[in-house]
Amino acid sequence: MSRPNAIKNASLAALVTAVLTIPMLGLRLQPGGGLEHDWLLVLFACAAVFAVQLTGDRLGFLARLKPTFRLPAVVGEGGPWPYVIALLVALAWPFVAPRDWLDVSVLAMIYVLLGLGLNIVVGFAGLLDLGYVAFYAVGAYTYALLSLYFGFSFWECLLIGGGLAATFGVLLGFPVLRLRGDYLAIVTLGFGEIIRLILNNWDSLTHGPDGINNIPKPTLLGFEITKRASSEGARTLWEALGITYNSAYQGMALYLIVLLLVVFTLFVINRLVRMPVGRAWEALREDEIACRSLGLNPTTVKLSAFALGAFFAGIGGVFFAAKQGSITPESFVFVESAVVLAIVVLGGMGSQFGVILAALALTIIPELAREFSEYRMLVFGLVMVLMMIWRPQGLLPASRPRLELPQ
Amino acid sequence: MNEFLPQFLQQLINGLSLGSIYALIAIGYTMVYGIIGMINFAHGEVFMIGAYVGLVTLTAIGAAAGLPVWLLVVIAVLVSVLVTSAYGWAIERVAYRPLRGSPRLVPLISAIGMSIFLQNYVHLAQGSRDMPMPDLITGYLFQHEFANGFTVSMSNSRALIIFVAIALMVALTLYIGRSRMGRACRACSQDMGMANLLGIDTNRVISFTFVLGAALAAVGGVLIGLSVGKINPFIGFVVGVKAFTAAVLGGIGSIPGAMLGGALLGITETFASAYLPTEYKDVVAFSLLVLILLFRPTGLLGRPDVEKV
Repeated sequence: MSRPNAIKNASLAALVTAVLTIPMLGLRLQPGGGLEHDWLLVLFACAAVFAVQLTGDRLGFLARLKPTFRLPAVVGEGGPWPYVIALLVALAWPFVAPRDWLDVSVLAMIYVLLGLGLNIVVGFAGLLDLGYVAFYAVGAYTYALLSLYFGFSFWECLLIGGGLAATFGVLLGFPVLRLRGDYLAIVTLGFGEIIRLILNNWDSLTHGPDGINNIPKPTLLGFEITKRASSEGARTLWEALGITYNSAYQGMALYLIVLLLVVFTLFVINRLVRMPVGRAWEALREDEIACRSLGLNPTTVKLSAFALGAFFAGIGGVFFAAKQGSITPESFVFVESAVVLAIVVLGGMGSQFGVILAALALTIIPELAREFSEYRMLVFGLVMVLMMIWRPQGLLPASRPRLELPQ
Repeated sequence: MNEFLPQFLQQLINGLSLGSIYALIAIGYTMVYGIIGMINFAHGEVFMIGAYVGLVTLTAIGAAAGLPVWLLVVIAVLVSVLVTSAYGWAIERVAYRPLRGSPRLVPLISAIGMSIFLQNYVHLAQGSRDMPMPDLITGYLFQHEFANGFTVSMSNSRALIIFVAIALMVALTLYIGRSRMGRACRACSQDMGMANLLGIDTNRVISFTFVLGAALAAVGGVLIGLSVGKINPFIGFVVGVKAFTAAVLGGIGSIPGAMLGGALLGITETFASAYLPTEYKDVVAFSLLVLILLFRPTGLLGRPDVEKV
């Protein structure tokens, strides 16, 4: 492009930016009425757009940065040692971590669990689920209600909650999965809202917006992990181990439980991905028509992925309810689904290692940058757009098992 | 029995005005889908931005000049249409055009990212609390008192919404049916590649679709803001999903379908909220979406969509 032409284009882009930003960044509505001016931001935005447009050709190197680094194959090669080391580090972490970090670590592990679950749906099967948090809510409320009304224990509810979430997944998925993929996105979005509205309004069962309090903490090896045993005859873990209670211990116990759940999830998914059903997920994502002509039933295959993803969300929900001790419908808004989706997108769809790292990063970075917390969702949105343009396969794309012909 | 008729009429009026707004927004979804086959998730946020730009304009000129009310409303709508169209254009340019030809999931995720970004951008720029819209359009077009004491009324703001929506849709139908650009749009929605070969600038047509959708959503945003009396940055999300429901109900890709679907959804929703607890009115709309997809995925006026190799 010739020089004057480039300048003309850049000026035009800057002008559009001015039109876009003046009524938003430039003129701020005041709560009491009236407007406040802030031209500096507008000027800054226009200058930035102008500069990027002008140097656009030279920014081409970004495009050339495309996937040059790839993960070594997670499946197979390399032996078990990397896993063993990773597991040992994860196991040792709560005993060396500062106490403030325990809570964040538990939260990060919940997001790892959710990310891995959604990765089955979005990453492997290529179905866009925007109401993932609904299944998480189903799990959480299953435990909260069953323990409140019937006194079910955490470990019993783990299976029931997961199963119930999967059932919801099947019920929702069955009509919708036969249709084009985009419909699934919007229906799951609607479903997420329906679940939240029901939880919020069914006062007699869910206590509405107040939520449910005093949800019992999980037990570990049959011992309670609270400070004192809740009933006669029950024993706490600390009594059993003969140590005096320290408030950090509870966090450690919670961490170990969620780590167990994550390892279980990883194990199940890694086995499934190598089974025919897992191969079918990926094949279907790549080419539905080819799959159908090879005799795969797309609805069943999609349904299995959808239900399994929901199952892990349910498990995550049960644990979340137990960890928090109280839940309200406010914990299950659309933003949560968006965060989990951002984790999967950032990590690389279908890449489990990438998803784990992204989940850790996206929970720990906002924790470090608390003063910027209001920009968190803005950045998430931007990251999703930029990732799709720049690296749609994620930061750490999955390397697929493949054979190469000898040269 | 006696109270049934007035209540029914009143709900019908309320439903039609709500439905007109859904229809205006649904056209944006349906046209974009018809041409590039993608759900523009950010469209609900475009509607919200339209409402905000209208409010900013009203606040900026409102106090200063003693202009007549109709002129104020016209200026607010025009400025909002202008700025919001620029948003529609920019969104397509930034978030979707670079992704042309990628797998389906990719632009969809980009659209969701854009939607989250826009919502938070407005939230950060203009605050998250409810902003009051000035009560410009007051009075009633008619009020009829029945013998048993029930009144049926249609406020001027509701009447304006219905009138403007109908006028815009007639204009749109004529434009798409008669104009050169309209013909190009129809050609693109039939076969993009062929249209391109025949010398239609498809990129321009796609941009035009986004701009047109955004402009209609902006009109809807300003009018509903004036009618309801308050706006916040989160209104786009639910309204967006509902307008999409309207588009699917009428048959996605079909413009008359979007109008019909909008009206039907608005009426269903007002009747549901009259006879069910109001908290569940969103549940009704979302359930309707699932039911349509279950029993008539092509919508009322849509044509079946066969996926080809």
